[in-house]
Amino acid sequence: MNRTTRRKALSSAFVGFCALSVLIALVPLALVLSFVVSQGIRAINVDFFTQMPKPVGEPGGGMANAIVGTLMLAGLGSLMAVPIGVLSGIYASEYAGTRIASLIRFAADTLNGVPSIVIGVLVYGIAVLPFKQFSALAGGIALGIMMIPIIARTTEELLLLVPGTMREGALALGATRARAVFTVVLPAALPGIITGIVLALARISGETAPLLFTAFNNRFFTTSLRQPISSLTVQVYTYASSPYADWQRQAWAGALVLVTIVLLCSILARVATRRLESMHAR
Amino acid sequence: MILTPKIEVAGLNFYYGAHRVLEDINLRIQPNQVTALIGPSGCGKSTFIRSLNRMNDIVPGARVEGSICIDKQDIYAPSVDVVNLRRRVGMVFQKSNPFPKSIFDNVAYGLRINGMTSSREELRGRVEASLKAAALWDEVRDRLQTSALALSGGQQQRLCIARALAIEPEIVLMDEPASALDPIATQKIEELIYQLKSRYTIVIVTHNMQQAARVSDVTAFFWLGRLVECDRTNKLFTAPKEKLTEDYITGRFG
Amino acid sequence: MRGDLGFRVGTGLFGLVLIAIVVAIGFELTRESMPTIQKFGLNFWRTQTWDPVAGDFGALPFIWGTIYSSILALLLAAPIALGIAIFTAELCPEPIQRPLIFLTELLASIPSIVYGLWGIFVLVPAVRALEEWAPPVLRQLPLFSGPRLGVGMLSAGLILAIMVIPFTSSVAREVLKSVPAAQREGAYALGATRFEAIRAALFYARTGIVGAVMLGFGRALGETMAVTMVIGNQPTVTASIFAPQYTMAAVIANEFTEAADPLHLSALVEIGLVLFAMTLIVNVLSRLLIWSMAPGAQGPGVDAAAPAKLAAT
Repeated sequence: MNRTTRRKALSSAFVGFCALSVLIALVPLALVLSFVVSQGIRAINVDFFTQMPKPVGEPGGGMANAIVGTLMLAGLGSLMAVPIGVLSGIYASEYAGTRIASLIRFAADTLNGVPSIVIGVLVYGIAVLPFKQFSALAGGIALGIMMIPIIARTTEELLLLVPGTMREGALALGATRARAVFTVVLPAALPGIITGIVLALARISGETAPLLFTAFNNRFFTTSLRQPISSLTVQVYTYASSPYADWQRQAWAGALVLVTIVLLCSILARVATRRLESMHAR
Repeated sequence: MILTPKIEVAGLNFYYGAHRVLEDINLRIQPNQVTALIGPSGCGKSTFIRSLNRMNDIVPGARVEGSICIDKQDIYAPSVDVVNLRRRVGMVFQKSNPFPKSIFDNVAYGLRINGMTSSREELRGRVEASLKAAALWDEVRDRLQTSALALSGGQQQRLCIARALAIEPEIVLMDEPASALDPIATQKIEELIYQLKSRYTIVIVTHNMQQAARVSDVTAFFWLGRLVECDRTNKLFTAPKEKLTEDYITGRFG
Repeated sequence: MRGDLGFRVGTGLFGLVLIAIVVAIGFELTRESMPTIQKFGLNFWRTQTWDPVAGDFGALPFIWGTIYSSILALLLAAPIALGIAIFTAELCPEPIQRPLIFLTELLASIPSIVYGLWGIFVLVPAVRALEEWAPPVLRQLPLFSGPRLGVGMLSAGLILAIMVIPFTSSVAREVLKSVPAAQREGAYALGATRFEAIRAALFYARTGIVGAVMLGFGRALGETMAVTMVIGNQPTVTASIFAPQYTMAAVIANEFTEAADPLHLSALVEIGLVLFAMTLIVNVLSRLLIWSMAPGAQGPGVDAAAPAKLAAT
């Protein structure tokens, strides 16, 4: 019986280790979030949202330009990624099984795994170098490229979940394939696709690396597509590695805003998928 | 002929959450006999057989009332060691489930985890004996190290029987062991069951009444979670006491 | 069916854009790194001198740092990630399963830059304290030699580990869920303990588990901001986990905008090209392994369809 006791002890130890792993992973999560919130709350104020950055060494100021910049970059990215992502997702699901469809799927998965810094290098070559100018447009393209695979894969998978009878119903009434997809199949999957877009937005609004040498940074307020533009992430990076206490303070404030955006998007997407789930369960 | 029952089930109720799937089951199962459990699907016969080795313990929300005694010992008593119980009560499943390992390692698995052999020779001997007992030895003796997944469906099922026999259980539970097999493979399993009963107490669930009639000594008929009738097989199939049993075995429903 | 053809071509064109982007990465990066490829050839990856001013480029320290930090992250993250996957898939009570999965996957949604900021101000000082506490005997060993700065390989490995855990755990969980219940039951029926039954399931799922770990490795290879901020950015090849080192992604992030000289730029692009190739190979391999087990698994945050798919099955 000694052996059985030993085996059971080992088994319990293993269960304990697995539970402990969850705790170990939650510790850094709690630490990061608590630091960002505690440091960020102390640092954040109205100025942070309304003021421009002050020159080096001068305390005060805010990140108004960077906040607008991030919104613009995310908007540009979506403008590019939503049509490409959704339509290639439609192709991949409507013509699933064809060679091009599997190629699209493969390309999306590949792109999804490409390091974001490499996307930056690509966009530098195609959208910065030819014009000899860092620009908001280049930054938007970089973020757009990062969003495309997420949207494409989500669209494809959700369309495949739409019951075939729905599509057949439309086709039986004499609708063309395009009509059937756009008026019946796509609307049925729309909530899920929007969730996918929100998740993609959450991911790219926290991206820094692909912006470093595309959108670059700008101390001034601009909405021009052809000018370099500031973003929250790049601004946090600049301030975090600076020696000035006030800049470091603002970096925490920026981090708090970023984390809030990302968490809101995640929770939003979660609530949406919950509703989706209950819809599908019915 | 009065025998001490190997398994004695008394007042057994079984619940999944709030749903009662077995209702007041009372049954005695005699040693060295084959007891067949028949009934339409969903009647609780699978749940019943899985409660005999506490396999349902791993299902969340499962709850048991009443008692199941093996050799007069309640297997649901708090002091009972489930691991040890399952070593004494072997089980063969509906669909063969060999591990993705070699034929040898499959049969040796239970021996190894339970630490039942002390030398390599002993292990090899036990594996060989189990494969022989499962009538598989002649077909696999030259390829013990090849993957078990390369065997045919019927061979895989006999491998699973060998695997269960290797740890020398007293009772072997079989949950529709031949339902996924072709007639020839089924026949082999049935012959095997017949040979095994001299050494083991066997409980078999089957949806196939002919099979129950062919292999079993005693048959129990389950319906909607209740045990309707249990009797010697030849008697139950020729002169059932209950109208429900008669309707079922004459194919008037389900 | 003329309408259908138009629809097919119309949507297909957008799909081709997606494919073209991937092709463009390979093509553009190769084209732009031709100067260094031609000038240095394979020596680029064999030498250690990185001197943009003198026009001398050897990228060995970067590839060393990238692989070292990723392997270190893998060693730290894999056991924990598998523990999480097993706990959430097999062990934890039903009501807390969803919240735990949500929380652990939240780790994947925190931006890299935020990890970096936290790394600079919290993790690095903690690691520095650890380094100062390390007894001299230990610091004689090559693994623990080097300055006590806090920034360095250990900080990078730790932060990478935190960041890749959710990727590995999420996919490993899907893989585990794809193991037929019959495998665990088979083990239980032979008298297996919980650990032994789970080990049988892990063994059944081994290719997918390896794939999940590789997926995390691929993530670590390309991770940029957080690593750049804590690794110390010193192009040296050393075994010490305390020493500041450098990674491929970090050198691109740091020097790209300042690379006035075309050769310098080309050197950085070539590093990007090889980084792309490395992650591509690792990702394709890991996906092949994962697909053989659980075709749907994609990792955290990427798969908005996951719950709907679950509900549909």
